[in-house]
Amino acid sequence: MIKGKFIDNLPKVYGIYTGGFLVFIILMAIAEQAGMSAKLIGIFFVAFTVFIYAFIGWLSRTMQADAYYVAGRQVPTVFNGMATAADWMSGASFVAMAGGIYFKGYGYMALLVGWTGGYVLVASLLAPYLRKFGCYTVPDFIGTRYGGNLARLSAVLVLTVASFTYVTAQINATGTIASVALDIPFGIAVYVGLASILMCSMLGGMRAVTWTQVAQYIVLIIAYLLPVFWISNKMGAGFFPHFMLADEVARIAELESQFGLGSVKNSAADLATVPKGLAGITKAHSEVNTTPWKFISLAVCMMAGTASLPHVMMRYFTTPSVKTARRSVGWSLFFIFLLYSSAPMLATLSKLSLMDPNLSTGIIGKSISDVQALDWYQNWNQANLMFVSDFNGNGKLELNEFFMGGKAVVLATPEIAGLPYVISGLVAAGGMAAAMSTADGLVLAISNALSHDIYYKIINPKAETAKRLIVARVLLFLIGFAGASIAALEIQGILGSVIWAFDFAMSGLFFPLVLGVWWKRANAPGAVAGMLLGLISGTAYLIWVRNGGAGFWGITQLTFGIVGSLVSLVSMVVVSLITKAPDAATQRMVDEVRVPSGKTVLAKSH
Amino acid sequence: MSKQAQHWEKTRNHLFVTLAIWFVFSIGIFFFGAEMEASNFRPLGYPLSYYMTCQGSLGIFVILIFWFANRQEKIDEEFGYTEREGD
Repeated sequence: MIKGKFIDNLPKVYGIYTGGFLVFIILMAIAEQAGMSAKLIGIFFVAFTVFIYAFIGWLSRTMQADAYYVAGRQVPTVFNGMATAADWMSGASFVAMAGGIYFKGYGYMALLVGWTGGYVLVASLLAPYLRKFGCYTVPDFIGTRYGGNLARLSAVLVLTVASFTYVTAQINATGTIASVALDIPFGIAVYVGLASILMCSMLGGMRAVTWTQVAQYIVLIIAYLLPVFWISNKMGAGFFPHFMLADEVARIAELESQFGLGSVKNSAADLATVPKGLAGITKAHSEVNTTPWKFISLAVCMMAGTASLPHVMMRYFTTPSVKTARRSVGWSLFFIFLLYSSAPMLATLSKLSLMDPNLSTGIIGKSISDVQALDWYQNWNQANLMFVSDFNGNGKLELNEFFMGGKAVVLATPEIAGLPYVISGLVAAGGMAAAMSTADGLVLAISNALSHDIYYKIINPKAETAKRLIVARVLLFLIGFAGASIAALEIQGILGSVIWAFDFAMSGLFFPLVLGVWWKRANAPGAVAGMLLGLISGTAYLIWVRNGGAGFWGITQLTFGIVGSLVSLVSMVVVSLITKAPDAATQRMVDEVRVPSGKTVLAKSH
Repeated sequence: MSKQAQHWEKTRNHLFVTLAIWFVFSIGIFFFGAEMEASNFRPLGYPLSYYMTCQGSLGIFVILIFWFANRQEKIDEEFGYTEREGD
């Protein structure tokens, strides 16, 4: 496969790929009608898609530094947008987001606003300037802009803490999906997931990850949108759910008051019988149920975190020019928007199909024994994602007697709404794609920083390209393995650790990155102080609050990035001002970064 | 003022305008969640607070970035800083 030709033929290649995938879905649907078992369909979906990604990974193998680190800087705008969207939308976005909206309503939507609004900061403050810089990694920018190994090292430290927190959650998600779809124990499934992740990135680095991420985006967006549109049409809620569910949202509010939402409370003894991790509907679907500060502080953390997470930033190093980097951010957000704007619609459809007694799928108000006899109830009850219990002993299922896991909204809704099993298999493949693509981006971000910034720039600057790339791959393997080992321990939930990753990144990197471009006076001691003190104070606050500390300003363990980044900003400004201004060469470098045309600051291959 | 300084000043002003719009739709309006919910203005029939968190703000961010990129390209063009194709 000739590289130049491949780039020119991208729309065709991925067009054929998309068509092929649709044909595969239809074939599976036919096989289902012919009597293929649900389990086998699940295995086919996951195995087939993972095989394709691995194949793309193998085709994209490379031994060149700029192909390995930045995909040769020739990824076109729209395709980089798709790759970034896949890189960005993790297992949490795919599997857990609709569930979060379903259970927590308005308060949770701060995450949606934050995870999209952050891209405005990426586009306007950072991406084009870092692209002009021509760096391979985010610490590469910090190390060159501020100068000195200490700054570089601090950036690698923050990057590793944030990305590693994030990646264990993603490997956990691939393990969960692989264990359900392939019917193997979680402890083994985690390593199956890891093997799939490494197959995509080991041989071709960023180039391989880019082209697999595009393929993964196509799978995940089809897997997310198809059920939403199908259910909406099946329910008669409207052929384009995003614009047409106002009546359904109103109907949920009506049913909530009819079923006495909030007026009937479960006793602690009753709740103790509910399996861990499951929740009932306790918050109104569309009401404003949180204070402005809670909403805004969470959104702010997610936005600043978005603009500091290295695995996202490095995607914009792969575009051909500064101009395309800027546009590419717009496309990224557009592709993310397609999924994010569908999540609330899925939550609405899912809730209404369970609640509305006028629908054949509605279960609230039906007799408990009938519900317990439903096929899908038994399946998901066995998977520990659904639970009913007749607390008040009236034989009927009340709203407060129905419990569900957050993941079930995405995973189980197709089955509840009576869609064929082929859709559930498709959803499993989509979730796998989402988790794998993010894990790949993260593992690569960490190993690139370690191999380029620590090994090549600090330990062995004379290393030959071949040796550097071997070191990069060994590190990639080790980091993936470490992530999988921690994921196998199942310490925290998926969503909690994702949010922490944003707060860590924001604490240590947001201001050092932004001020590196926008404030010429910022110097190395200031940046080091900003990164280290920001990270330390944010972490300290997190530990304090986790151990029962009261906290202040209403900042919780989900928003500790506010503390970290404020400390980071103040210490960076103060230390910069009391130490020497950066030398003339550095000032010239900043001037050069601000001009979009001309050569990059760092050489093409370095 | 040098050409480069002028370019940077325009770029900076453009950034401030962009960030101001961003601030309104990511932070500003959410000070008024309850007011939005009570509002009679209901886009597509959804309560305004619900609509903004589901689609409104998100869609505005998408448009804002493309608008930002377009205008920044014009500024770069004006000062002759447009990149050559294949640069």
